Amino acid sequence: MSENTANDSLVDMFIYETSQNTEQLEQIILNTEAAGSFAEKSINEIFRIMHTIKGSAAMMSYVNISTTAHRVEDLFYYIRENPGAKYNCSDISDLILSCMDYINKEIDRIRSGSESQENDCALLVDRIEKTLNATKNGAITEEIETKTESALVINKYKAVIFFEQGCEMENIRAYSIILALNEFTDKVTYEPADIIDNDETAKQIRTNGFIIHIETEKTYDELFAILKQTTFLRDMELTDENKPAPADNEQKQIQNVDPIVKVEKSDVKSEKDEDNDKSAKDYHQQPQSIISVGVSKLDKLMDLMGEIVIAEAMVVENPDLAGCELTNFRKAAVHLRKILLEMQDMVMSLRLVPLATTFQKMHRIVRDMSKKLGKDVRLQLIGEDTDVDKNIIEHISDPLIHLVRNSIDHGIESMEDRIKAGKQPYGTVTLEAQNAGSDVLIFVSDDGRGLDKEKILSKARKNDLIHKLETELTEKDIYNMIYLPGFSTNESVTEYSGRGVGMDVVMQNITSVGGSVSVDSVEGKGMTVMLKIPLTVAIIDGMNIGVGNARFTIPITAIRESFKPLKKNIFKDTSGNEFIMVRGECLAIMRLHSQWDIETKVTELDDGILIIIEQDDRKRCIFADALIGRQQVVVKTLPQYLKGIKNLECLSGCTLLGDGSISQILDTRWLVNADINTKEIEI
Amino acid sequence: MNRTLAPELVEMEEDTQYGRYLTFNLGTEYYGLEIKYVTEIIGMQLITTLPGLPAYIKGIINLRGRIIPVMDVRLRFDKEQLEYNDRICIIVACFDGVDIGLIVDRVSEVLTIPDADIVPPPEINKTSNKFIKGIGKVGNEVKLLLDYQKLIDHDDILAIITD
Repeated sequence: MSENTANDSLVDMFIYETSQNTEQLEQIILNTEAAGSFAEKSINEIFRIMHTIKGSAAMMSYVNISTTAHRVEDLFYYIRENPGAKYNCSDISDLILSCMDYINKEIDRIRSGSESQENDCALLVDRIEKTLNATKNGAITEEIETKTESALVINKYKAVIFFEQGCEMENIRAYSIILALNEFTDKVTYEPADIIDNDETAKQIRTNGFIIHIETEKTYDELFAILKQTTFLRDMELTDENKPAPADNEQKQIQNVDPIVKVEKSDVKSEKDEDNDKSAKDYHQQPQSIISVGVSKLDKLMDLMGEIVIAEAMVVENPDLAGCELTNFRKAAVHLRKILLEMQDMVMSLRLVPLATTFQKMHRIVRDMSKKLGKDVRLQLIGEDTDVDKNIIEHISDPLIHLVRNSIDHGIESMEDRIKAGKQPYGTVTLEAQNAGSDVLIFVSDDGRGLDKEKILSKARKNDLIHKLETELTEKDIYNMIYLPGFSTNESVTEYSGRGVGMDVVMQNITSVGGSVSVDSVEGKGMTVMLKIPLTVAIIDGMNIGVGNARFTIPITAIRESFKPLKKNIFKDTSGNEFIMVRGECLAIMRLHSQWDIETKVTELDDGILIIIEQDDRKRCIFADALIGRQQVVVKTLPQYLKGIKNLECLSGCTLLGDGSISQILDTRWLVNADINTKEIEI
Repeated sequence: MNRTLAPELVEMEEDTQYGRYLTFNLGTEYYGLEIKYVTEIIGMQLITTLPGLPAYIKGIINLRGRIIPVMDVRLRFDKEQLEYNDRICIIVACFDGVDIGLIVDRVSEVLTIPDADIVPPPEINKTSNKFIKGIGKVGNEVKLLLDYQKLIDHDDILAIITD
């Protein structure tokens, strides 16, 4: 059991790190591609990332990933070592991006536990090698002299390595040196040879040292530097076997000096190492101030936070305390509440992550699509440092991809059309995020051709999607039709869109986190889609209301106002539906008690209270007995069992009140859209 | 050490639970529910009704922060509902991760009924006895052994409603 979990966490860590690395790499590639060539800094960075991926994949024995990464590393090794080499930047970018795709896919496979795809890996490796060769050939004229020179000089070295006393597992440490050496040469022999299989060799290494014979193009100093990086290195002797005794005096010195001097020397070395360590530490200082925590732990913490908020209310508002004079208790209670509120904010903020990574991903989509479709599209990001809940990020990633794709495919015209229309030849897609109270607004806009009202209408007619008189449809109604399932105005299905899924996926994903979608469009100028998403979904600010014995909670964000109605403002239509005039606006009234047959004494509208609910620009009045009070409530989902019996769309969850009773959280979207006052309970 | 012990323990636990039934009564009839489904027995709670559910689903309760649906077993069996008082019990049962509270008149005892003492229910017509898996003989009495799966299944209800 414990072994398994340890392994699992390793795999988790690997997946996490590798996906971070691939994301980072993708970013670098996209940036460099825009610049037209690889800067030295980014080459080093790419090299470093590929190296990390290779290393950790090899450690986890994901052979395909490590081979792919290894080849990419080779390619960039060549580019790094030959600064003059000519290469086709865009080809290489394509290649690297497809490698990233492959690695990401492999990671998905690891996650789902399915088999890895060896064929793809072989294909990629093949492609990389071809590119590498092409690059080499392209550069060969310039490189030829230096190359032949360096290729001919193969130096032979002998190294004897001693590890620090008591570092244990010398054979394994020795093997890691061999692995490091194998990266640039395969001509390595060592004694003792069976270090991996035979643990006894550890003793041997302890007494005799670990002896390696190396043939490589590298110079003495380079090799020395590589070997010096070995951890727990106590002493090392490196001899150049090509130039035997005379030339290397440093070498001689070490051999001839007595042990004390030797120790001194190694001390100097370790000091040097420390310096290296220090610089390395400086480099790593920042990442170390961050720790990564499992999301499940944060979820648990959030749950507990919810519980403690309820528990606090249970204590402070305990019915046993009613009517008591408790000055000191109240003081302490206020203090407690203050701390709890602060803690709650803190817990929430733990789960907040900036939208930046999600936004950055779009660069890739824009790039790929504009290449494929032959359009010149630029992506503009605004406010990507806006923070949203981790849960929400997961839900908006797909919708954003769909929206951006839609904008590029449907919205942005071809270059000729754009020039004809007197616009810039390149199209622009803008992603903008901003905080608005307890919501996050995300705008996806383009400067393309906008939505074609006529086209939408005719399509809607064809698919029988119009349920109103056409003259009654507002512009907004028409635009919002594109979110109906099976709706696509694009005549032909392209690789990216046109199948009519997509927009309704956007709708579903966003509504599932309690958000809303609205569209605006100006013909010929472009369209904007606005996603409105609550900052966090687990704790909401709610207004508790009472109807008979039942308690309901309405999200405060949906409440416009509440008031005692005057009888003269209320009227009925022929079928008995009730309406009220509020400042010239006519609103329908939904009586919660008759909606669900709840027994209550308050049935006269002027005895109870009316609450105006607004959602998605629709308004409606809700009639309840009384307001109970405003409270931060923890949303709990309804039991799955009940959802299986009936789709409880009228409720978005439930919550516990201070006295331990349950309050039902009304779904505001349902409130403004549901059929009113159907006496029999609908199934 | 732990690894080798664990399966045995699980087996033992299953063994001790096998053939054991929690018996309760609705009026004059005694029923048995396999003990492995039972999590705990609680007194009557404040039940929050939800709109639009079948009548036998009384609503939800708050069990120490957990929201659990409750079913009135009397209504499930088309019997008359009893007035809820302090003596009425809720059996909290869990099957396949689905928690549910069962409202019964009174819980009596836990009995071991060997397989040999269980006979299949007589078939009268297709719809009758669908909740009963077998009839257990204990001394001179019989206990109706419930098929928990059928009890919480709601396909039949949907069928009735759509009729």
